[in-house]
Amino acid sequence: MARKILLEHANIPGIKTYEVYRQNGGYRSVEKAIKSMTPDEVVEEVKTSGLRGRGGAGFPTGMKWSFIDKKSGKPRHLVCNADESEPGTFKDRFLMEYIPHLLIEGMITSSYALGCNLSYIYIRGEYMWVYRILENAIKEAYAAGWLGKNILGSGYDLDLHVHCGAGAYICGEETALIESLEGKRGNPRIKPPFPAVSGLWANPTVVNNVESIAAVPWIVNNTGEEYAKIGIGRSTGTKLISASGHIKNPGVYEIELGLSVDEFMNSDEYLGGMMDDRPLKALVPGGSSVPILPAHLIYKNAEGGDRLMSYESLSEGGFQSGSMLGSGGFIVYNDTTCIVRNTWNFSRFYHHESCGQCSPCREGTGWMEKVLHRIETGHGREEDIELLWDIQRKIEGNTICPLGDAAAWPVAAAIRHFREEFEYHVRFPEKVKNRDHFVAEPFDKVRHLVAKQEI
Amino acid sequence: MEISNAKQVINIDAKLTERINELLSHYPADKKKSALLPVLHEVQDAHDNWLSIELQDKVAEILEIKPIEVYEVVSFYTMFNQKPIGKYMFEFCRTSCCAIRGAENLMDYTCEKLGIKEGETTPDGMFTVVGVECLGACGYAPMMQLGDYYKEHLTKEKVDEIIEDCRNGKVNLH
Repeated sequence: MARKILLEHANIPGIKTYEVYRQNGGYRSVEKAIKSMTPDEVVEEVKTSGLRGRGGAGFPTGMKWSFIDKKSGKPRHLVCNADESEPGTFKDRFLMEYIPHLLIEGMITSSYALGCNLSYIYIRGEYMWVYRILENAIKEAYAAGWLGKNILGSGYDLDLHVHCGAGAYICGEETALIESLEGKRGNPRIKPPFPAVSGLWANPTVVNNVESIAAVPWIVNNTGEEYAKIGIGRSTGTKLISASGHIKNPGVYEIELGLSVDEFMNSDEYLGGMMDDRPLKALVPGGSSVPILPAHLIYKNAEGGDRLMSYESLSEGGFQSGSMLGSGGFIVYNDTTCIVRNTWNFSRFYHHESCGQCSPCREGTGWMEKVLHRIETGHGREEDIELLWDIQRKIEGNTICPLGDAAAWPVAAAIRHFREEFEYHVRFPEKVKNRDHFVAEPFDKVRHLVAKQEI
Repeated sequence: MEISNAKQVINIDAKLTERINELLSHYPADKKKSALLPVLHEVQDAHDNWLSIELQDKVAEILEIKPIEVYEVVSFYTMFNQKPIGKYMFEFCRTSCCAIRGAENLMDYTCEKLGIKEGETTPDGMFTVVGVECLGACGYAPMMQLGDYYKEHLTKEKVDEIIEDCRNGKVNLH
């Protein structure tokens, strides 16, 4: 059985309540940090742990913390990014729903480390019942003296509140989240200045993902050195993976980084193999924005090495033959999946969620959606595939925030690895019209037919 | 979503006022605007799940900001409704993970059963059906949001049951 750090207590009845959480060792990290460590020592532990941001970017958390401006004299803030909206990703919801006090404990310990007296958890508006769970847990933490004035008689004060969004994927981007928290549209800000210098209300601010913050109590209790022993290479610790699609056991799993993709996919402890034992066609390992991998690159990289669940291994080969661990949104597709339709579906998502601030993203996402829809429904033109390639290239890297890249990469990867399927749609429109949603011809057959022009 | 000319009775009662004041206490006194999204959620919940222009003006007055600051926010976020909707809004997730597990067929089935098209409300004002982008329940697909809660692992039979429960007043929205 794999080691658990975040979900160690997830199955204990009543762990959602303060009493049970406390009985199981909850809030020890706050005690330890406040009573026996300086804020800088807590930051050092997190640096030593090698913990990388679990929201998707994988930037070292301790390093991010060390950037916060301590000299300005302005109030500092910690904002937890719980605006989980990346298609394929539903791990943070699990943590907050079942062990809300773990996040709150992490927020208190992290706020102490950063010198914050006012912190927020920004949660997506759709998770309203989770918002209420957090609200209740925060009340319990206040009542027990872990929040408010003079925590543990140390002179340290902290107010923590949960704040709900209202349905905008872009608010998961840290500067858009800050704008939203200020009561505005979620338009990302140009960086620099980075939030560590000028964030919420122009004060120094750190924005961290739920899972990152929830790892802090364990690191403080057990030391960063112990945390760094778990995992592989620069992918230290454990990671929550949310798995969905055509697999036997969808759900949220905590894995030690470095586990093989094969074991994660096929062992009974994890996903249990393909649903209905159908062949595997493709995989998106880290949420919709990361490149899709075709079956032959899922278990092995292009050089024939084993593919592991780690930041490095999943990205081996760059975007030509690799992908990214991203947010850990693991989406599995079997041989019945129409990649063109799926790519159109993702494009619709990004078009819908573009904030509209940058022209390449605002216009490009809609254009890609339109072209993909045309191809998918059997009305595509031969030149449409090159057009799509051209559009995605003109979006990537040309927007204020990474939403443009997130919209471009799935399209690029789908064309790169499944070009024949796009060609099949364009050349044989009658074959793709009037199908049931998402049903595809087997890809090997499509590839063969396109090569031979036999239909 | 289009803006409606329908009128709405504005009712900021004592209970709602108390809740708004509680929310305002979460932010520095000179940063009232930060409470805008949470306040809009509460106000919308208390007003049949939609926000008329008059109601948005009222929120602006409460938060001491300009009406345009409320309009631009309401029109940006998908969870704020600018026209009347059904008492029960079925929001089907239609993004990839739900779609490959049959969400689109299920939404078609629901629309057919209720005699409406996607985006429409039944003539009795009971049901609205809409397709929405990823709701973060990918492993529990297909699913829909109904009020503050998620209905997951949906089947046609489960949808039938939910519709029946709505008609019998057995569904808790908040």
